[in-house]
Amino acid sequence: MSSDVALQLLTPDGTLVRNDRTSEYLPLIEALDEKRLGDFYRQMAVIRRFDVEAGNLQRQGQLALWIPSIGQEASQVGSGYAAQPQDHIFPAYREHVVGRIRGLDPMRIIEMLRGLSHGGWVPSETGNFHLYTLVIGSQSLHATGYAMGIALDKLNGNASGAADPKQGAAVLVYFGDGASSQGDVSEAFTFAASYQTPQVFFLQNNQWAISVPVERQSRTPLYLRGEGFGIPSIQIDGNDVLASYAATSAALAAARGGQGPRLIEALTYRMGAHTSSDDPTKYRENEQVAYWAARDPIARYETYLRAQGVGDDFFAEVATEAEDLAADVRTRTLALQDPPSTKIFAHVYSEPHPLMDAEAAWLAAYEESLDESVAAE
Amino acid sequence: MIEQLTMAKAINLGLQKALADDPRVLMMGEDIGTLGGVFRVTEGLKAEFGEDRVLDTPLAESAIVGTAIGLAMRGYRPVCEIQFDGFIYPGFDQITSQLAKLTYRHEGALQFPVVIRVPYGGHIGAVEHHQESPEAYFAHTPGLRVVSPATPQDGYWMIQQAIASNDPVMFFEPKSRYWQKGEVDREVAPGEFQASRVVRAGTDVTLVGHGAMVSALLQAADIAADEGTSAEVIDLRSLSPIDYGPILASVQKTGRIVVAQEAPGAVSVGSEIAATVAERAFYSLEAPVLRVSGFDTPFPPAKLEGVYLPDADRILEAVDRALAY
Repeated sequence: MSSDVALQLLTPDGTLVRNDRTSEYLPLIEALDEKRLGDFYRQMAVIRRFDVEAGNLQRQGQLALWIPSIGQEASQVGSGYAAQPQDHIFPAYREHVVGRIRGLDPMRIIEMLRGLSHGGWVPSETGNFHLYTLVIGSQSLHATGYAMGIALDKLNGNASGAADPKQGAAVLVYFGDGASSQGDVSEAFTFAASYQTPQVFFLQNNQWAISVPVERQSRTPLYLRGEGFGIPSIQIDGNDVLASYAATSAALAAARGGQGPRLIEALTYRMGAHTSSDDPTKYRENEQVAYWAARDPIARYETYLRAQGVGDDFFAEVATEAEDLAADVRTRTLALQDPPSTKIFAHVYSEPHPLMDAEAAWLAAYEESLDESVAAE
Repeated sequence: MIEQLTMAKAINLGLQKALADDPRVLMMGEDIGTLGGVFRVTEGLKAEFGEDRVLDTPLAESAIVGTAIGLAMRGYRPVCEIQFDGFIYPGFDQITSQLAKLTYRHEGALQFPVVIRVPYGGHIGAVEHHQESPEAYFAHTPGLRVVSPATPQDGYWMIQQAIASNDPVMFFEPKSRYWQKGEVDREVAPGEFQASRVVRAGTDVTLVGHGAMVSALLQAADIAADEGTSAEVIDLRSLSPIDYGPILASVQKTGRIVVAQEAPGAVSVGSEIAATVAERAFYSLEAPVLRVSGFDTPFPPAKLEGVYLPDADRILEAVDRALAY
């Protein structure tokens, strides 16, 4: 699981790595102001507390399912902050903090996993953070098509009418080690390379596809897959938020600059279960869990910040913010109402459809008849 | 002005019109550009509109549909060609799990105006996977609209209506009719996109079908007329939704109905029509609703297609059974 080739800017003990290779990336970190460096920590710590609260809500019967992201915060926060406002982000289903960075209210994720919606947020209102996709790897093709559209806008004179074509935009798509075995992901690589799309494939290799280890998905390091398709690829230490930010920034800049797609394989670890329905003690060893616990992305970055002179006040403030969010999420979850039954038929089609009208009318009459029979008793 | 055009040419002209009218319209598929498609339905379009409007894609159906979804998110109106009916299954997941459901998942905030063109059906003597009729899978899938033109006139207009629809449309082109000429009027206003249509009036029995089967129904009606039976023929045109108005009105008049299709009969479009007619016109029926279908087998080797596919004789055999009640 450790790798000699993975780009690392911050060692597990929180020391900045300065060598020939990192010299290309360190200026991207040095350009960040103190606030943004603090935001990296803030987002990682707050989302972990949110993750714990949501897991508790699931155990208490308030959610049908929870999908924890604990352990993957550095991969997600670094790459999420690397995206520019005009970029479009296609998540898998575990990138809660990327959504939060882009402006998504985490309650939308809660609502989805409580069974109130299938997502339903509007990407133009959530910083171009698109909906979660549960069929593994399917979103890779949507992302590639979107990136083809950005490229075609330029060639066809912005035929799509999309905003700010001259500003340049790129697409960032998340998927995992398991998804890398899906045909859709290989087809996305093929189309992206063929049409030289402005996009970055961000592969979070969290070592496990539910119970199947990454060794079963691939005999080669996954970043080499990209090279085989003609996509320049890099492997990074995914528990290093600075490496994630710098590598993704560089890759997105290349994509925006017309250099075609890039692939980043971020080596990380799903410290918790796949979902609340999973039991990882059935398939993985304590030794491995301990190995990765010693590489916790948040602890590493806290050590670095403290060495930079960030004091207790900051960490106390973030802890308070995390507790406040957790309490707020709990309060708002307990207040959620079930949707009306008319939601079943809404937006199946964009234009009128006789079957929808007929079935909605039937259900309304049926429900009314039930109300009447109750009233009669 | 009335022209005599093949359906392939009529659809080609419809696609050309759509590309010319709306810069958001794109064509994408295997061999559709330089070659003009294996059936030449897209002939000349790349030369006229360029490779950035008419895309020869890599050979991957899931990606053709999946990237069309992303292009639609960006504001385009992609028209995908699946080269043959039996090659649609690698794209099935993107069509049924993604394209069909994405407007619902977005609660109406995004629309997915993607058209999937599928040459389908038998009677061309081709090898396995090249003569199938998979339309029921898609008619069964909420979120899709499914249509099939039977004439060059409908080919010209319905492809444009499909492209103009803000919902995903499966556009099944009866490939055995590609080379038959018919009247096309490119100026007259088109009929309603998803309405079924009485194409021959009659009083004794209702014959219903879509695509290439409409020709067989009309042929059967001619023969029946010689034998003193007046058959009314209805071209479904749309398989999802199905426009039941003309069908029920006809059954109320004739009391008898035969539904014909090339597809296997089990859990088919014909099954759905049979069930609905039984539910909504029960007291009008003088005989059970009868189906004439392909057999419930894989499409056989081509030398047996004439036995496998319903023809006028098999339709008339069902008409005789219906009249015997």
